[in-house]
Amino acid sequence: MARGALQVRRWPGGVAAVCVATLILGTLLAVVLRAEAGRGLGPSDWAAIRFTVWQALLSAVLSVLLAIPVARALARRAFPGRRAIIGFLGAPFILPVIVAVLGLLSVFGRGGILNVALRWVGLPEVQIYGLHGVVLAHVFFNVPLATRLILQGWQEIPAERFRLAAQLGFGPREMARVIERPMLRRAVPLAAVVIFALCISSFTVALTLGGGPRATTVELAIYEAFHFEFDLGRAALLATVQIVLVGVAALLALRASVAEGFGAGLDRVVTRSDSGGLGKVSLDFVSITAASLFLLVPIVMVAVEGAAGLWKMPAQVWTAAVVSFCVALASTGIMLALALPIAIAAASWRGFEAVGLFGIAASPLVIGVGLFVVIFPIADPFALALPVTALVNAVMALPFALRILVGPVRDVVESYGRLSATLGIGGWAWMRLILLPRLKGPLGFASGLAAALSMGDLGVIALFADSETATLPLQMYRLMGSYQMEAAAGAAVVLLVTSFGLFWAFDRGGRSHVDA
Amino acid sequence: MLMLEDVRLRQGDFALRADLAVETGARVAVIGPSGAGKSTLLSLIAGFIAPDRGRILWDGKDMTGAAPGKRPVAMLFQDNNLFPHLTVAENVGLGLRHNLRLTETERDRVETALGRVGLEGYGTRKPAALSGGQQSRAALARVLVQDRAFVLLDEPFAALGPALKAEMLDLVEEVLEETGAGLLIVSHEPEDARRIAPQTILVADGRAEPPVTTQDLLDNPPPALRAYLG
Repeated sequence: MARGALQVRRWPGGVAAVCVATLILGTLLAVVLRAEAGRGLGPSDWAAIRFTVWQALLSAVLSVLLAIPVARALARRAFPGRRAIIGFLGAPFILPVIVAVLGLLSVFGRGGILNVALRWVGLPEVQIYGLHGVVLAHVFFNVPLATRLILQGWQEIPAERFRLAAQLGFGPREMARVIERPMLRRAVPLAAVVIFALCISSFTVALTLGGGPRATTVELAIYEAFHFEFDLGRAALLATVQIVLVGVAALLALRASVAEGFGAGLDRVVTRSDSGGLGKVSLDFVSITAASLFLLVPIVMVAVEGAAGLWKMPAQVWTAAVVSFCVALASTGIMLALALPIAIAAASWRGFEAVGLFGIAASPLVIGVGLFVVIFPIADPFALALPVTALVNAVMALPFALRILVGPVRDVVESYGRLSATLGIGGWAWMRLILLPRLKGPLGFASGLAAALSMGDLGVIALFADSETATLPLQMYRLMGSYQMEAAAGAAVVLLVTSFGLFWAFDRGGRSHVDA
Repeated sequence: MLMLEDVRLRQGDFALRADLAVETGARVAVIGPSGAGKSTLLSLIAGFIAPDRGRILWDGKDMTGAAPGKRPVAMLFQDNNLFPHLTVAENVGLGLRHNLRLTETERDRVETALGRVGLEGYGTRKPAALSGGQQSRAALARVLVQDRAFVLLDEPFAALGPALKAEMLDLVEEVLEETGAGLLIVSHEPEDARRIAPQTILVADGRAEPPVTTQDLLDNPPPALRAYLG
């Protein structure tokens, strides 16, 4: 049997994988053991479960329905700025949720521009808190994702099929029946199930726009049980429920087998003969414009209000910004320390990639409660708020990092493994001279994602922080809670700039001086 | 002397047996039908594949289990012979020191080797800035500084045109003369064998035959080789 050209050391990857598995499975176990099932689930708990599933279902269906015309327009139109729009569709992935929420409030909130306009023409106002708001925010985040997934489906249709359709003189009806609907039947459920899974465990949106007996998700209920009642047993019980929900959603999503390529290769326009006609052109124009406005206006509003608010921010905002920056860097470091050895080991044994799945199937709040249960008897969990946040953020970024890194590491081993072996290069020299330089691009990209995700995360920190400590998203949430909206907008601008700045700096760093 | 002592390998339907010896400094072509196991034979000698049975010996010492880098061979592949992110000089320097912390003398040796293959002054360039022929030359410069007892070539110049390929084979000969190394070259072209290798190993029907005189073999090919040559 082939011995493999290069003797790749697997044990560091093994150690990293065991650490991740222990952290996730260990906290899950701690949660389940700590759960007090005695009282069982009350009516409000069942309401939370129903609401969680219902809002996720609505969000998934609406996101996908809205995404279809946008994806179709992007697939069949070539226009200046198309590439920019497709790139922009990837941005919500690293957009801090709380910033988007603030933006949505300034458009759809009580004092938002929409309600101002409605009042002006004498129509009833819209209400953003509750189910509406939660679904609105989820749609805001997931229309771009759904668009990309469906656009990918469109572009996987071979160009020959459209040419054949033109030859056969297909009209719009045949086109839809023979070509588009079969593709949509595959792509749409996949996109929907992925979004459903994401919305099941979304915390920040529920925290800021949900609440009350009629709009509490399980994650929010965990937080409230923990934060307001400090009822660890109940929090753990709810966390167990959440494990089941997230597990089922993750299984559904896995079965649909996601293969989103981070937008690679989406810049090809499908030339097709049936895209003419004023009706279609204007439909596409409206779809793209409406989607762009829906996504852009809230962010622009935050930026405009925030620019004024920058001068009204309390000093804590700057402290929190520095704290968040450090947490983001630490989290990126931890992510690299875990992902790189695992990716190297996965190059010779694919099983290691499965470790990344743990991160997908876990929710930060559940891990947070679990860690609290474990740490509580031995140390003061509140004192460890920041290290714990950095660690959990790193584990959450791990699945994405592995998706980015495993392929390129395998390429390096396959393309240059035998040459390295015959020259006798191994160990650290191989890492330093061969692997890391070849991996600069993917490493920069993965680090950028990890840093931005950590910078904008409002999850574990909400559980662990005392009133003295805060990351920037948490500080922003506190400002919003005390109705200091201008200062909150200022903080949002700082958060936005740091998140995207970190991503840009890492990604850019990885791309400099790269040779073919 | 390089010896393959009753070496056997089986991978699914594929099987290869080799029981042969190659003299120190000999230049040997490895020819035979596609899929017969020419590259596999080189991989066994280079240490990328371990045989199921048998031993590989160098000057009487068993090196069957030795790591590829510890064997007395330098190898050139069909492609990916240079690391694209390292300069030409660094690529050559890897043949001397794996951490690239070269001494002054070693740096001089790299320069001399580059000059020897006609790449004087190209040391600071990246491989992408070289032509295909120049890339082959850079790889040969590394073979030169590695100074191993055998050079293994696995169809290394297949991507080059006929004139360039002839030029490279001449350069290989010069390098061999300089280092006194032996050669094992896998090739599809009987002409390559005639040109550079007085001896030939025929790989066919699951066996690697002991080397025989190239001239005789090509003039009176056995049935398996005749079918391949057409």
